[in-house]
Amino acid sequence: MGMTMVEKILARATGQAAVKAGDVLEPKVDLAMSHENGALVINQFNEIYKDTGLEARVWDPAKIAIIFDHRVPAESSKTATNQKKIRDFVARQGITKFHDIRGDEGGICHQILPENGYVLPGTVVVGTDSHTTSHGALGAFSFGIGATEMAAVWALGKILNVEVPGTIKVVVEGALPRGVEPKDIVLNLVGKLTAEGANFKVIEFHGSTIRRMSTSGRLVLCNMTVEAGATSGIVPPDAETVHYLKGEAGLKAVPQLFGPDADAAYDQVIEIDASRLEPQIAFPHTVDNVKPIGAAKGIKVQQIVIGSCTNGRLDDLASAAAILKGKKVARGVRMLVFPASSRIYQQALKKGYVETFMKAGAVVMNSGCGPCLGVHQGALADGDKALATTNRNFKGRMGNPNAEVYLSSAATAAASAVTGEITDPRTVTVARAKAAPKKAKPAKARPKAKVAAKKPKAKAVKRKAAAGKPKAKPVRKPAKKGRK
Amino acid sequence: MAKVALKLGADVSTDIIYPGRFMATVLPTETPQYAFADLEFNKKLKAKEVAPGSFIVADKNFGCGSSREQAASCLTGWGLKVIAKNFARIFMQNSINVGLNMVICPGIEASEGDELEIENGKVVNKTSNRSFDIVPMPKARQAIIDAGGLIPFARKLVLQAKGRS
Ligand code: SF4
Repeated sequence: MGMTMVEKILARATGQAAVKAGDVLEPKVDLAMSHENGALVINQFNEIYKDTGLEARVWDPAKIAIIFDHRVPAESSKTATNQKKIRDFVARQGITKFHDIRGDEGGICHQILPENGYVLPGTVVVGTDSHTTSHGALGAFSFGIGATEMAAVWALGKILNVEVPGTIKVVVEGALPRGVEPKDIVLNLVGKLTAEGANFKVIEFHGSTIRRMSTSGRLVLCNMTVEAGATSGIVPPDAETVHYLKGEAGLKAVPQLFGPDADAAYDQVIEIDASRLEPQIAFPHTVDNVKPIGAAKGIKVQQIVIGSCTNGRLDDLASAAAILKGKKVARGVRMLVFPASSRIYQQALKKGYVETFMKAGAVVMNSGCGPCLGVHQGALADGDKALATTNRNFKGRMGNPNAEVYLSSAATAAASAVTGEITDPRTVTVARAKAAPKKAKPAKARPKAKVAAKKPKAKAVKRKAAAGKPKAKPVRKPAKKGRK
Repeated sequence: MAKVALKLGADVSTDIIYPGRFMATVLPTETPQYAFADLEFNKKLKAKEVAPGSFIVADKNFGCGSSREQAASCLTGWGLKVIAKNFARIFMQNSINVGLNMVICPGIEASEGDELEIENGKVVNKTSNRSFDIVPMPKARQAIIDAGGLIPFARKLVLQAKGRS
């Protein structure tokens, strides 16, 4: 019997010819990521060495990444002091992959890792953050662990007692219609699987839609697999992965790629027809409470949030900007945009998206987790409803248990910002990014965000449906090329 | 024997167990004050109305969401035990690592105030006179539990490694 992607990775990480789901292993770790909760990891790490007479040294300072993102710049003296403690530890231990609060290289950990080339296909990555699942987008086995477990990784360089997870194969075929984005695929999937449907399993993504998808889109899919309880998501690496690692992440060389065996054993196979997918909304207060947009139409919202490790990337900002261009955020709606990293922020500045957002009335915030977890910025009032491109809508998630959070794609969030109520992005006009007659920016590569034919007021659902297919492809490709 | 102090439904997230706004507090000695901060139960805990050793009984997928370990340590601090139909992966691992007493019991039926006892691989509800099977921990995890948590377990390994090198 062949091996799944994750079985193959774990076989390599433990130097075995073959492993299978259920085996208990102690794989070597290639990258260990923490953020501000590194403060607790340090505490537990020191505890391990307490009374041993040994000096507490991490196993390999080059394999540890620490990124400040959850509360940046610090919202309280307590956080600032935690950050200082981590900074001192980083210096003492010689940890090199450290991203402090900076406008040139800061951002959310799940964007910083990929864009800096820290995650390589075929490797084992752990992080003290549940959305560490994201990095499966690059073909790594990447999953979240707790702080004490991370302390043991720092000490030993391996994870103890990992059970090889079973794998659910998800096959996505067809071109995404206009206005439908990778987020809609994964919301649909989480709705199907339920919040615990993939518990202790890995979700492996296949199909033509995935092959055509940018790494940015794949990160969205893998990011949210944890919302179905999955240990991780993974996309078998391909030419796009290499393109991303060499292009965006600036790597000179990329390791030999491998995929799952053709006769790998899967626990379950799920097929999704992307061409028939509609925009999806996760209703409060669970992520698996997913319905097609029609069920949410007209729900008034007071806050729109575009950003996070799920949908704060350039593709998302492009999609939102194309909708917001020349329009205004409805009065009574607070729209917050927080790019996933400083690099993305700068790219969005160059492309004019930031200007578009600000002119529309949105507040563009510094890169980081921002309002996503409700500790720092953008907290909701009692009774508020928010529509966010983030990944969680649990009670209290945006800082207030008496508020409601709905989740959607960036396109749906932007369309809803304009109307002040949850709005189907397929029903709004989209700005033309390409050399349009008038003032279009000297198009660099090609149009990036797309674009319905400009003239039709784009109300006609039929013509869109027809126009959707041929357009869906170009939408993604230029988005890729647009990145440098 | 101890009482069910809190009965919860399915998919209780770590945002409910330990709200994100308290995440700057990390030490196991300090996290208990914020356990279930947005529920009335928090006041009961702080008023010492919940006896140590009491049970929290929940439906499926307890501890889903964020990997914050505070969600496990804040319960340990009050000496609470959690019985759920099943647990989210990271929460379960964290509980084992920090020594939170947790029991997987897919058939559990209990109400607040019921008296429960854990005996011979079963949860016995003394109030309703029914008993429910416990799913045993995988051996690999049991080794960490037996060591008293991951810190002593890892300490042993660190010392062993030193001995070898
Ligand atoms: S953006 Fe939100 S989900 Fe992502 S790492 Fe930050 S807090 Fe977690």
